[in-house]
Amino acid sequence: MSMFLGSNLRKSWTLHIGVIILLFALQFILPAYHHGNLARIMVLACYAMGYNILFGYTGLLSLGHALFFAAGMYGMSLTVQHLGWSAGPALLAGLAAGFAVALAIGLLALRTAGVAFMIVTLMFAQAGYLAALYFGEYTRGDEGFVIQQSFRQLAGVNLADPTNRYFAALALFAICVVVSLRVVQAGFGRVLVAIRENEERTRMLGYDIHRHKLAAVVLSGTMSAAAGAAYGLLFGYAGATFASVQYSIFPLLWVLLGGAGTILGPFVGTLFMFYLIDLSSELTTAYMLIAGFALVMLTLFAPQGLVGELRRRALRWLP
Amino acid sequence: MELGPYLILGLLEGLVTAAVLSLMALGLSLVFGVMRVVNVAHGEFFMVGAVLAWIIANAVDSHPAVNFLAALLLAPPATALLAAIADRLVLKRVAYDPERTIVATIGLLYIIQQVTLMTYGPDARPVEAPFNHRLSIPFVEWTESGMALYWPWGLGTTSYKLAVIGAAVLLLGAIWLLMTRTRIGLVMRATQLDSEMARAFAVPVDRVYAAVFGLGAGLAALAGVLIVPIQQAHYLMGHDPLLLSFIVVIIGGLGSLPGTVVAALLIGISDGMISVFFTPTLAKIIATLGVAFVLIFRPQGLFGRKGL
Amino acid sequence: MTLLSTRGLSRNFGGLKAVDNVDFDLPAGEVRALIGPNGAGKTTFVGMLSGRIPASAGTVSFDGRDVTMMPAHRRIRAGMAYTFQITSVFSRLPVAENVALALRWRTGDDLAATDRQVAEALDRVGIADRADQLAGDLSYGHQRLLEIAMGLSQQPRLLILDEPTQGLADSEIVDFVALIRGLAGDMTILLIEHNINVVMQTADAITVLNFGSVLASGTPSEIRNNAAVQAAYLGTG
Repeated sequence: MSMFLGSNLRKSWTLHIGVIILLFALQFILPAYHHGNLARIMVLACYAMGYNILFGYTGLLSLGHALFFAAGMYGMSLTVQHLGWSAGPALLAGLAAGFAVALAIGLLALRTAGVAFMIVTLMFAQAGYLAALYFGEYTRGDEGFVIQQSFRQLAGVNLADPTNRYFAALALFAICVVVSLRVVQAGFGRVLVAIRENEERTRMLGYDIHRHKLAAVVLSGTMSAAAGAAYGLLFGYAGATFASVQYSIFPLLWVLLGGAGTILGPFVGTLFMFYLIDLSSELTTAYMLIAGFALVMLTLFAPQGLVGELRRRALRWLP
Repeated sequence: MELGPYLILGLLEGLVTAAVLSLMALGLSLVFGVMRVVNVAHGEFFMVGAVLAWIIANAVDSHPAVNFLAALLLAPPATALLAAIADRLVLKRVAYDPERTIVATIGLLYIIQQVTLMTYGPDARPVEAPFNHRLSIPFVEWTESGMALYWPWGLGTTSYKLAVIGAAVLLLGAIWLLMTRTRIGLVMRATQLDSEMARAFAVPVDRVYAAVFGLGAGLAALAGVLIVPIQQAHYLMGHDPLLLSFIVVIIGGLGSLPGTVVAALLIGISDGMISVFFTPTLAKIIATLGVAFVLIFRPQGLFGRKGL
Repeated sequence: MTLLSTRGLSRNFGGLKAVDNVDFDLPAGEVRALIGPNGAGKTTFVGMLSGRIPASAGTVSFDGRDVTMMPAHRRIRAGMAYTFQITSVFSRLPVAENVALALRWRTGDDLAATDRQVAEALDRVGIADRADQLAGDLSYGHQRLLEIAMGLSQQPRLLILDEPTQGLADSEIVDFVALIRGLAGDMTILLIEHNINVVMQTADAITVLNFGSVLASGTPSEIRNNAAVQAAYLGTG
């Protein structure tokens, strides 16, 4: 039994640190185009990992995570654009915005459950998107605004440079993997899984369900906001599109594809979907068709996702 | 123009919105009521109705009234069939699990929308109304000789818009009769109350579900056909009506027909009124937040007794 | 010393009085059986004790404190454990993790203590060899034992067992009776039970509920000879 609780810990750390080292090495091998893509994918995977904490581990299906992503992105970019803050404080502003929005949404939306929770999160995110359009004077709406290169410096490192950008994305990715692993292995994460599996039983084992769910929403929202802030900073653009419904659906799609409730699933799903859309958009402008088919096929045939299926069939110890 | 005529104009526009909205929301509500699932692709069936109307009208290519009549008769059943097939191929296989159904219908939404983009294209195209007389509306004013009628500039509607309102009233009445007075309605209500029990009484639950899903989509498509002479057919046109029908259904209480109609009137008219006075974006922000707060603090809806 | 008591405890569902004005006292260390015909309000009553169901009226006190308004999870931490009538283990999690969840709020980050106590609890109910299986793969009888192990591992002062022998085979029931006898003295036990043989073999005292009210209370032999109890049971078959 201590086998069960102990040695798998080492295996999973080895695997995940291995993945991070592999991604580090890829930087020196990949051609420029894929190198840029991978940086983007790693940041988006952080968004998906944030989503996964709530959906995959806690079992709460949100349709409004774009609100958190956008809160991070605008928290960062608006302070840069209109208050002239430098990148460091602006990133923190993005995180703080995400934290505050997640706390407020959590307190409100967790009064509902199931389908009502999905619709409430959808509505709040829609209101957030519309607010980004309404305050177009500052956000420039769907058109968005570019963050000048001169502002994209963190501790003297120019984040607009592709190599630096790749390492910054990798650093964020590594932080998110480590945080997710720590959460999942700690008692807190195990209670989240228990809530997903059987909420009433978990309550009757002495756990405060509401407090755990709220913490999960806040952690999930803040991680999504970190991804949003980093995305804006690394790629130098902020726009209301990132607050739209589509960007609430994406992390759901990535997590479902990769495997809900697995640490690497979000990354695998993001990687897959990114290249699927990248390849298909060369053929057609209707690239969201691929996303639609993927969603239907996944719900029908592989609700566990790629990494989830791998865990089910071979590697039971995968976190 | 003074305030009064503006209000009348807002009211009329609002009634047209309410008419279309109540048909569409009724479809959504029916599907939820009987099958206990939320169809996120509902707005796309509205869009398919409008796009098919354009295609049919162009294929018939006769007098506008004939074109429109053909569209009105053919587009909703065709959309209903499409929905029933989707029900069989997808929803039935996820066993109508509420959460998986939402994810699957999000997938359907993108499939329908993007296939329309690939075939029909990104343009917005109109269908000519079967009749379209312009009607000016008089308003009263006080003159030195007492009360008098005058015709303010810009205050008016069309015979077609009035016909849309009338058609919606007739259709809603027909649905109400269908649900309360016929065997089909009885079977639906039995399935709604307890699908296992209904199955035990030899109700073909699978076929009822496919029919209800089809009927819901057909109502959305009907709304789409009715709106297309006023508003052009476009592959993204389903988005706003979906949001509004969510609002209507949630405020009216899911599965309640009278509640749906009252809420559609409320939302349609206030939408008409608010957009006369406020920017549409602000109106939508207020409305979406309103829905969220109704669901949080009064989940049974403002009028309904049973909730989600 | 009285560990648990209720005064005027009532619960209405619509117009129906599921539990009506119950005064109940459970001394520390006792094994008490709660019996009664179907629909007598037993599960509703223990639901109010554990906080799953809010009371319409009356009070519950536990360990000298009024816990009527205390949420369920805090009552559990105050020393109550509750096992469900319908087996409610985490079927997609390993057996060991099921038990670990029940005690981790006590052991915290101490992995060694968690492991040791999980092993102890599983050993006590006799399913230690199945620690790594998924709980859902266990037989029904073993799932019921797992439920009890989860209850025990909380080291509760009061263990509430809702129909623990329901659906068990005769041989399993014999083991269960032995288990409860072994626990008596370590903790106070409130046992809802249909099987009258199990009740007679394990309980120090019996409380009979009928139509939401206490019909009788006393030692097993007193209850056996109580005319009102006999009437209630014969009356409902």
